[in-house]
Parts: sequence; C-alpha cells; structure tokens
Amino acid sequence: MKEVFSVFIGSLTSFHVVIVLLFTLSACSSVAPLSDSPTDSEAAPDSVSSDYSDLEELYWSRIESSRMSFVRADIDFMTDMISHHSQALIMSNLAPKNDASRAVQTLASRIHNAQQDEIATMQKWLRDRNQPVPKVHIDGLMLMVTIEDESGEMDHGLMDHGLMDHEAMDHDRMDHEAMDHESMGHQSGQNGDKESDGEMESTDHDMSGHSMNHHDMPGMLTQAQLEELAAAKGLEFDRKFLTFMIEHHLGAVFMVNELFGADGAANDNEIFDLASGIHAEQITEIERMKQMLEELDTE
Amino acid sequence: MNILKRPAIAGPVNIVRNLLLMSVLMVGVSCVSSEVTHEEPLAEELTSTLLPVTELQHPDRDPRVGLSPGLFDAEEAIWNLNLITNVIPPDNFIGSWSTDLAFKDNYAIQGNYNGFIVWDISDFANPKLVIDYLCPASQSDVSIYQNLLFVSGEGTGGRLDCGTEGVATSVSDERLRGIRIFDISDIKNPEYVSNVQTCRGSHTHSVLVDPNDDENVFVYVSGSAPVRPEEELPGCVSALPDEDPNSALFRIEVIQVPLANPEQAAIVTSPRIFEGLQAPPRHGLAPEELAVVEQAREAGRYVADYMDQPRIVSDGLVRLFLGQIVEERGGSGDATAADSLALRNQISDRYSSWMDERLAQRGRGADLGPNQCHDITLYPEAGLAGGACEGYGLLLDITDPINPVRIDAVADSNFAYWHSATFNNDGTTVIFTDEWGGGTQAKCRDTDPYEWGANAIYSIKDGKMNFESYFKMPAPQTNSENCVAHNGSIVPVPGRDIMVQGWYQGGINVFDFTDPANPVEIAFHDRGPISVDRRETGGSWSVYWYNGALVNSEITRGLDIFELIPSEYITQNEIDASNTVELDYLNAQGQPMFVWPSTYSLAVAYLDQLERNRELDLENISMIRSGLEVAQNGANSDALTDLASQVRILAEYSSNQSKMMKLADVLDDLGNGV
Repeated sequence: MKEVFSVFIGSLTSFHVVIVLLFTLSACSSVAPLSDSPTDSEAAPDSVSSDYSDLEELYWSRIESSRMSFVRADIDFMTDMISHHSQALIMSNLAPKNDASRAVQTLASRIHNAQQDEIATMQKWLRDRNQPVPKVHIDGLMLMVTIEDESGEMDHGLMDHGLMDHEAMDHDRMDHEAMDHESMGHQSGQNGDKESDGEMESTDHDMSGHSMNHHDMPGMLTQAQLEELAAAKGLEFDRKFLTFMIEHHLGAVFMVNELFGADGAANDNEIFDLASGIHAEQITEIERMKQMLEELDTE
Repeated sequence: MNILKRPAIAGPVNIVRNLLLMSVLMVGVSCVSSEVTHEEPLAEELTSTLLPVTELQHPDRDPRVGLSPGLFDAEEAIWNLNLITNVIPPDNFIGSWSTDLAFKDNYAIQGNYNGFIVWDISDFANPKLVIDYLCPASQSDVSIYQNLLFVSGEGTGGRLDCGTEGVATSVSDERLRGIRIFDISDIKNPEYVSNVQTCRGSHTHSVLVDPNDDENVFVYVSGSAPVRPEEELPGCVSALPDEDPNSALFRIEVIQVPLANPEQAAIVTSPRIFEGLQAPPRHGLAPEELAVVEQAREAGRYVADYMDQPRIVSDGLVRLFLGQIVEERGGSGDATAADSLALRNQISDRYSSWMDERLAQRGRGADLGPNQCHDITLYPEAGLAGGACEGYGLLLDITDPINPVRIDAVADSNFAYWHSATFNNDGTTVIFTDEWGGGTQAKCRDTDPYEWGANAIYSIKDGKMNFESYFKMPAPQTNSENCVAHNGSIVPVPGRDIMVQGWYQGGINVFDFTDPANPVEIAFHDRGPISVDRRETGGSWSVYWYNGALVNSEITRGLDIFELIPSEYITQNEIDASNTVELDYLNAQGQPMFVWPSTYSLAVAYLDQLERNRELDLENISMIRSGLEVAQNGANSDALTDLASQVRILAEYSSNQSKMMKLADVLDDLGNGV
C-alpha cells in the first residue's frame, strides 16, 4: 500500500512539470458563469409556456452556453484521462486470453465497459468545446493516441506527454526499449489555430506502429510492466492484474484530486459528474481489488 | 406529436365486472356457515381470471424499443399506467437538470441544479408552479421536515449567497458544499436560514426523525466527491486514514438541527460506520462456485468456513497447518491420520487466524472498507437504515440516531457500486441499486449485462442479508440514452411489495418483488431519446408514490404525474386500497411505514390476492366476496363479524393463513365500525 503510493507520488512530480510544459495552449475562457443569469427571463411564476419549439431552442442555447465555462485544468484532465483510461482497456483485454479467474474476468470486463464509455464521454466533452480530441488506437499492448481534426479525421500529430521532459521523468519506471525516441519530432500540430502558438508538443506520427508512452501520468504502467502482465497466466496474471490495476486506479484518483485543486475547475456539471464518478467508482474498485489480492494470497 | 404505443397483449381484464357476476351467482350460499367447505365443488366450473404475476406473459415485442427522439415531443410507450399530465420546467430552469423530490401536504418540491421548484399538486391534472427558487448547487437533493427544507450542495460552484457566477478559486470563503436550510413556513417565500458546511459536500442526505426527540431532527450527509482543501474548511483531511486518523474519508456526517433554532444546526458526530469491516461476505456464492466447493469436499479437500463463506484451503496451507499440529503435539515427521482428523475439526479456526495474521501484517484493519456512502435510506419505524456505500450494502441499527451501528454488510460478486437502498414495508427485504456509470452513461444497451446497473434484492432475516435476485429495466435502450437503476419508492399496495423506480432515459417502471427471488415488471412508461445524435443527460431522476400519484422528476422535461391502472398484474381493488394511505409529507430517503385503514377495498384487495396466488379455493373466495357485498350493501355489522369468523375457520384451508387472518381482522374492524 505504502509502496504503491510512493511509486505513484514519485511519478507525479514529473506529471506536474510535464503538464505545465505541454499546456500553454491557446487561450480558453477563464471562469465563466456557472449558469445562465436568470435575468434573461422574468417570467411570472405562474406562466408555464407551452410553445415547444421556443423552449427547445432555449434548452439548446442554454446547454451550449453552459459548455463554455471551463478552464485549462478541465481540458488537461479530460485529455490525459483519455490516455489513462486507454491503458486500462489494454490491461482488461488481457484477462480472458490469459486465463484469469472468473472474478478477475468479471472485474476486468466491468472496468473495460465503464472506461470505454467514459472515453467516449470525454471525447464528446472536448469536441463540444472545440478542443483537440485524442483518438485512441489499441493494437495488442500498443497504445497510440492521435488527434482528431475538425472534420473528424485523424491528423498525424501524436500526443505524447511522456517524452517531453526527460529530466522530470521517473526513469526507473520507464521502459526505454519500448520508447521510440527516433520517431519523436516536434511539429506544430495540424489543428490550425488551436495549436498555432506551437506550445502544444506533438510528434510525428510513426504509423509503423510504436507504442506511445504516457508513463508520466500517475499510475500508468511502463511498457515493460504491460509485457510482464501479458506474459503472466492464471493465478500469476490475477495477481499482477490486481496489483497493477490498483496502482493505475490510484493514479486516476490522484488526477481527479488534482483537477479539484485547480482554480475554477470542475465547475461544469458534465465534468464534475464525470470526475467525481471516476473518483468514487475507482476508490470502490481499489478496495475490492485489495481484498481480491488478499484472497489470492491464501490460494 | 405523442404516439402512445400499446403493447400487443389482451386488454386489461375487467376484474370488477367478473367479480360482480360471481357475486350474483354466489348470493345463494353467501350466508351459510363453514359447511360450504364440505360441499361438492361448484368450483370446477369456476375459473379464475387472475394468474400469479410470475406466470403472466410479457408482450412479445417491447414497445420501449425504437421510440423516436425529441426533447418535448419524443415518442412514448406506456403500459398499465396513465400519464395524467406533464408540466415542463419554468423558463428559468429549462436546460438545468432537475433532480430529487420531496413532498409536503399538497406540494411537490423538485430539486434542480439551479435551485428548487415548488409545485402545487392538489389537482394531479393541473399542477401549478408556486415558486422557482434560484440558488445553484449540484445536485440539490431535497428533504422536508415540518417547516424546514434541506438542500444538498456538492459541486464546486455552489455559493453561500446563491449567486449564479460560480466560484473562481479552489479555496474560497464564498463556496457552499454541504447542506442549505430554508424555512418554508410561507412556501411562496422560502427563507434561507442556515448552512452546514461539510468536507466532501453533500451528494445526498437523509432526514432522520427520532421518535423520542421532538426538539431536533437529524440529517445524515453522504458525499462522494473529493475532500475540499483544509485551507477552505479547517479539519478536512483528504489523506487516507492509515496516514491521518482524522481523515474525512471513511465516515458519514450527522447534523443535528434544533427545530426551534435551525440556524444552530451543526455536525454532532462523524460515525465511522465502516470500521472493522473486513473482507466482506459476498452475496453468497454462485451455483457454479458452490458446485466447485462441493466437488472439493467430495474429493476430501479441506474447506474452511471464513466470514460465513466456504473457502477451499490450498494444499500448501494444509501442509502448514498439519505441520503446526505435529509440532504442537511435540511430534516430528509426517502428519498422521489423527493429525488430519484434528485439522478437519480445526480448519476454520486455523484458517481464520492465519488470515487475520496476514491482514494484520499488511496493516489492514479498522480502516478497511468503503470510504463513503452514496445514499442512506432511513427506516426509523423498523429501526433500520440501508447504506448504499460504494461496493457495500450496509444494514444499520439506528435506534440511537446519532450512533448508527452496522449490523450486517454485503458486497456484490459482480462488483456493483451501490447508490441507494429501499426497504419493503415489513423491513424483511431490501433493494440496493447499482448506479453504474453515475447516471450519465448508457448502461441499458443490449450489450450491457443484466446484473450491472441493476437492483440487487436481499431478504433480511435475523439481522442478516441474503442475496435473492437482480432486477433491471428489461428493454434495451440506445447508446444516446443515459440509463441505469435510480431512485424510486414503495407503492403501498397492501399485501404485496411493489416499487416504482426511475431509470433515467430508460423511463420509469413498476415491479412486484413480493417474492424477492422472482421480481416481475408490472407497468412502465418510456420516452425516446432527447437526441439520437448525442447523449444528453435526461430522463427520470426519481419517481415516488405520493398519495395516489406516481410523481416523476424528469431531468430535462419537467414533472410527470402518473397513476396505476388495473391490469392482469394489479386489480382496481388493490389500487383503491393503496390510495387509502395518506401521507402528510414524504422524503423517500426517510422511508415511512405504511398502515392501511380497514376498508372494503382493503378486504377485496386481499381476496384478489388470495385468488391470484391460488391460496384459497375459488369457491370459498366467491363465498366471502358475496358475503362481503351483501354486508356492504346492507351495512350489516353482524354479517361482517360472522364472515370474519368464517374466514378464520377457512384459514386452515388456505396456504396463506396470515393473509386470511389479516382479512378477518379487517372484516371485524368493518363490522365494529372501527
């Protein structure tokens, strides 16, 4: 427990630094109104309008404007959490193939279902706010994250948060073999004005297929750990899966706490609900996984 | 355009007419004594139109599938319900999510992320807006007690001054996360009297009325969001308890509200109701798992009983234990047959101590368990509370309101994250809901498992909960519809356990769980998605029974008011009997115990149930019905008490004696003019 903590806290230091470096993106709104001012409608309490088309228009315009109250930390959280969740999908995919126990398979499939849906929600959240939308490509243990362009097509700017600040990285936890340093180059993305300040680091997209590392995020497994997990079978797989997933979930919980600690963050209902939901669900699963791990020890 | 889809089944059976016919037929024997039981049956010619609900066939094609979209004009499917009216939200609240409901007298108070709305529902067909009170907070869970209204605030943008501008900084003295208290003596002009700030804010709360204390009311606060900074609210510690024992995690907060001075409301205790909760008993092993255990037993393996569950003990551990036994008797070498026998007798004890040691080595102990409850349902008349606390369902003894004590805990082997609890009226069954995905995700697609995002139903016996079944709204919904089990309440149909429940954009449904192992859906209403292109959060947040109406808080579409209509699944008599219950107020998280006045509709409702469940032969049921009818028409009290005596005698021939006795009591009360 303590060990797990110190490991991920160790990697947090890099997380902070990297995030600061990466996201000095184009301006987005500072703290915008939480909701529409009531002054736009002074309807007397008794009058409930029955004109549906006007009301529908009002509904959609309010929904639109409610989406404009976000801060940088919100975008960073959503963007990073997509990659973070994607690794959980890779891990969960292994359970049926690697002869996991019934309980671990059930857990893995629940995690997979939940996090896949949350990825879609986070992508939608970013798309609604005209922010770069990370798209996830999983091939076995390989995770590639590309940025969807405005037409919905992918462009070839890879996002990698892990390789930008080598000093800040926790080298002990990195798998250098798995990194493709050669394929990394700096380019200003093709997302036009969204990245026009060039501060958004991205890399050439090497479609020859090398994994991207996102190990700077708390709880992320190195490629070596993923391979170790993929090589394990049966009871050994269960043990590694639970151990790694606990660490992975603790990382997500930490990221939510970071979000809530940022000024003006999580004010929007959609992100508040999503983030506090991730917090509550993953803490729940961490507890369950700790118990499962203890039960395994008695096998 | 509203198109009502009707399911392709036979129309509702006209129970009332059939019963009247029978009564006419049976008039000749209506006043005879218990000899009727010995008569040659006329019964062979009598066939009941009522079938047990578990034997009825649902529509082949579920009309809830494929409904066309719309915000205020979505296509609808309805079955065994009547939608009396829908009122859309007041303009100020359009586009802001509506949430939970509380009731007082003829008012429904609907929480909303923008504040709360008061509706006058004296006339179900024509609810009137009383006030829309602007005071943003998520999720504005509401409760009422006497002249006080409590509102939960959890989100980071809630302000003490009810402003709409949010809070710009992560540490601020303008932020409200906790409970707001309003005086609603004049319901048209709620007066904001007080706040109680809590470390995690209030996601939900529950009001506990202590029967022995008329000066205070208690509010249990549940929060699931991260802990706020200590700089903002002193004493809020977000570290895990093994790092800081003052952690705000792993506890709930109990607020005491002096009724005469609500502005003095304050936290009085923060019970750690989870302490000592170790590797939880799971909800009973699945049949396959039990089969494996049985095979192991037959194969002569050691099986320990640990935390009320069988555990197959590994060979390595068996060797370790045998070694201990050999050593303890001062022997050496291999274990003997006597040692093996000794281990058979001691296996559970040895296994348990070994486990405890292991856990202690890992530093696991008192802090283990869930760190918050999503919702706690208080059932003071039964002295019980149901805590839906992350992966655990807790049963709490709340006879001492500020010191709730956990008496049992269960966890779900399908990893449910429980959000709310509802007891049946007798307190013998509890339902936990798994609000998987938090309510904004689509968890009712045909690819989502039935066990996930569902209700888990437990029977309660001697303070222990036993898993009985899962129940989920069965119609597959689209990926554009957020859908999962959510809030509902008991519909007071006497003699049956019936609940109405919201499933977000999966609509609402009504189900019978009288037999907790076999829940049956008996009514529903559903609308198409708000939009097919994108998933907008919407649908039913909560639907509760209140004085004859099923009142539904629709997140985006306002307030719906439904009523049950008679069908194969429920008779008019049963509906009439449920409508004899009258509440002065309702907070669904502070569950009331229903008591039915003795009425003719109650008596015939019991008769309908005896007939439906084949608990008494039809001939005698008809005899009692006609006797009742004659007595009712003639207001003949002697006939009623005679009939009561006959029913007591007939109870011996019934497979449900307790219902017969209840029926007899009702007849006596009617006869005695009670």
